[in-house]
Amino acid sequence: MKSISIHAMSVSFGAVQVLHDVDLDIAPGECFGLVGESGSGKSTVLRCASLLNENWTGEAMIDGRNVRDMDVRERARTLQMVFQDPYGSLHPRHSIRSALAEGLRVNGITDREPRIAQAMQDVGLPVEFLDRYPHQLSGGQRQRVAIARALVLEPDILFLDEPTSALDVSVQAEVLNLLVRLREEKGFTYVMVSHDLAVVDHMCDRFAIMQHGRIVEVLPRSAIPGNEATQRYARELIAASLEYERAM
Amino acid sequence: MSMTPPLTIPDKSRKMPQGIYMLGNILRFLARTPTSLFGIVVLVLLLLMATFAPLLATHDPYVQNLNNVLQPPSMAHFFGTDELGRDIYSRLVHGSRITLTIITLVTLVVGPIGLLFGTVAGYFGGKIDMVLMRITDIFLSFPSLILSLAFVAALGPSLNNAIIAIALTAWPPIARLARAETLTFRNADYISAARLQGASSARIIWHSIVPMCLPSVIIRLTLNMATVILTAAGLGFLGLGAQPPLPEWGAMIATGRRYMIDHWWLVTFPGIAILAVSLAFNLLGDGLRDALDPKQMNRR
Repeated sequence: MKSISIHAMSVSFGAVQVLHDVDLDIAPGECFGLVGESGSGKSTVLRCASLLNENWTGEAMIDGRNVRDMDVRERARTLQMVFQDPYGSLHPRHSIRSALAEGLRVNGITDREPRIAQAMQDVGLPVEFLDRYPHQLSGGQRQRVAIARALVLEPDILFLDEPTSALDVSVQAEVLNLLVRLREEKGFTYVMVSHDLAVVDHMCDRFAIMQHGRIVEVLPRSAIPGNEATQRYARELIAASLEYERAM
Repeated sequence: MSMTPPLTIPDKSRKMPQGIYMLGNILRFLARTPTSLFGIVVLVLLLLMATFAPLLATHDPYVQNLNNVLQPPSMAHFFGTDELGRDIYSRLVHGSRITLTIITLVTLVVGPIGLLFGTVAGYFGGKIDMVLMRITDIFLSFPSLILSLAFVAALGPSLNNAIIAIALTAWPPIARLARAETLTFRNADYISAARLQGASSARIIWHSIVPMCLPSVIIRLTLNMATVILTAAGLGFLGLGAQPPLPEWGAMIATGRRYMIDHWWLVTFPGIAILAVSLAFNLLGDGLRDALDPKQMNRR
């Protein structure tokens, strides 16, 4: 289990500043949520911390080690990401087997077959699926494959970028339960981006509410039912979500 | 769904059948459309003709017979004889080898160069993109036949130089196409995922980007083959391509031109051959466009 701390992360895309001095401390083994409206910079935090976007200032430390100091392989085996859209995150011309084997091959791991089989078992997919292509799978199955791809490298930290928002409700629950189970079994640290407070309530220990590239407030899960937020925007967001749930 | 599946899975053995399976699917798809079927039939005939040229030819394509010049088509000479008494049918059959050589060599040179330039420019963007694309712009700013003329004039007229010249002028459109394709998915999540897995840029380009560009590049190359044939024939016609006595189709038309009014068969048959082959490549390219759709390829 590894901790993550992000300090003074700022990003500008051209003239627009997208993140303003974001600070986050995430404990080892914690599931931490990032909530906010579209364009509030939630996903950007993940893309920066994972160095998919390298042009940012500030620091991101994993267990006290700066991510920029890690070499590519070490980073790959520490941190993996599951993307929002399972239709866009799997290469359409790679079979499931080669999608899973690719990461192992890149990192020079030789006992690939047992690891791939293990990852498939972990996400509850039959091994026969290995020879299929993404377009032969359903959305939920694809997202399981995407999770398996992150798992094969045995990382300590998983970034989840709205992992269920492209899936329909029954499949959402399946994937969320899978993620909860995996964390219990493997002791991952999760950072999960979501715009759905119900999902955060189900998964996360603590969460941060973001607006316009700033962290408005960090709250524990227990603050949701009673709406114990102190900041106005955070209170409005939670109230709106609670109202929506009641209306359902 | 039975649980705890066995952990031993056959690995590579499945890889080849998958490729053959896909090829079979593509061919089956092409055979179902009449136009691309025509393309395939003509090209198969061309291939057979080139392979068995010595068996199919009734005469030696180079032997002159000055007692027998400019004979009209007959049973002795299917397509007649030319101004030096050579059998036009036999020359056409042997000329198919030259045509095939030109197409194959040009495609083998142009495809990889175009793909390399295009994917590298598209993937890295920025200054690299700038430099590579300005180079392609320079090549694109001349009409390709004029540029090949210039190259052949500089290198000296011969078949090999014609091939080099055509290759030099044919790669920029491929590079442009590959770049445009690359730009559409360089920010896709699966590329991000590959980067997070620690893959190097070269690996990402080769493993993730090239397979995505390949179908459209193959289609473009196939369509390009028609242009290549016409350019080669054009260079041959101008005397800058294959040199006499090589039975190149364009050169045959060029020499037959002087006798065209009274002896139509000298230019008609090579002309039909050029038309048929370039039309076949065009139709096949059109068919491939539909056939190379990924969902089509793996349909079960």
